[in-house]
Amino acid sequence: MDPRGPVLVEGPVEVVLDDGTVVRSDRFVVAVCTCRRSRTYPWCDTSHRPRGRAVPPTEDGNPR
Amino acid sequence: MTRALRSDTAPACAPGAVLRADPWGEDLHLALYLLYELHYAGFDGVDDEREWDPDLLRLRQAMEARFLHALRTELADGPRSVEDAFAPLLVEPVDLSDSLSHHLETEGELWQLREYAALRSLYHLKEADPHAWVIPRLTGRAKAAMVAIEYDEFGAGRADRVHARLFAALMADLRLDPAYGRYLDRAPAPLLATVNLMSLFGLHRALRGALVGHFACVEVTSSPGSRRMARAMRRCGAGPAAERFYTEHVEADAVHEQVVRHEVIGGLLADEPHLEADVAFGCAATVLLEDRLATHIRSAWTRGDSALRTPLRLP
Repeated sequence: MDPRGPVLVEGPVEVVLDDGTVVRSDRFVVAVCTCRRSRTYPWCDTSHRPRGRAVPPTEDGNPR
Repeated sequence: MTRALRSDTAPACAPGAVLRADPWGEDLHLALYLLYELHYAGFDGVDDEREWDPDLLRLRQAMEARFLHALRTELADGPRSVEDAFAPLLVEPVDLSDSLSHHLETEGELWQLREYAALRSLYHLKEADPHAWVIPRLTGRAKAAMVAIEYDEFGAGRADRVHARLFAALMADLRLDPAYGRYLDRAPAPLLATVNLMSLFGLHRALRGALVGHFACVEVTSSPGSRRMARAMRRCGAGPAAERFYTEHVEADAVHEQVVRHEVIGGLLADEPHLEADVAFGCAATVLLEDRLATHIRSAWTRGDSALRTPLRLP
């Protein structure tokens, strides 16, 4: 596991947020954010990645 | 090529023509794309059996060798280890000035989003299909993890969540025609090459390591790019389905990235450690071709031109 990265939990997963809201993901594995930087909290959105100089040319929205 | 396909005859090709063809050019990549398509959906008016026509396969093999040789030459000094190939991708860049998704997020216009979607439709309307070919070539951990990711790509048992279908809905939001193959004749060589790469890696068991490296590369780089694309769609008022395609990929690919790196690559290399350089090659080849495509699109748009061979009609 990446020490900065998400916790991987076998889905489906329900997370109770601070305000009592329950959110659910029924993916086969769910990546739960631990760095609290995710903009889709409590789910990981890769915001834990360190910032650096390199520009990966493939980060241009060609998802699978 | 189309004459040979339609008339059920062997392709007419001057001796040495493939060897003289530009390995990045439209001739080679369109011909290769048409031959690969026989393994996916085929064409109306072309006999399904042509998929295994020895004359077509021989031509395909010559073109694949030309393409692969060009990639290997270009990447002669490329990464040989998984660490070297992936470390640069696992950093969130500070300088996004070269990023196409960043451009679309901050100043993209609706016509550019439509062009981008029309181009990418060549892959996304068969999203995850080329990667399914690797499944029988994997075993154990790598196979279980690859199938789990593919299951997610194919909607996890729900037809309305198949990613290719989510992309068709995005196209409808952008008032594009979501019919399979509709924009093939408008696709420039740099786009065709990105899709041909997947078909090449997927169809050859010998290239299973490269397929896994390619797949991992895309999963690793997808989440941040999708986040920017979702914002671009929102900012331009593209529509809810257009936005959803990308928001789904932010979350899905953050998971897939972890699973593909640790389980698919980890599992494959535990079974077949000699494939590490192939995994690195697959990743580097993907970066190379995506870079070439981004350069093509940006230079066309900077000139005020269409990035397609012929521009789209206004919706």
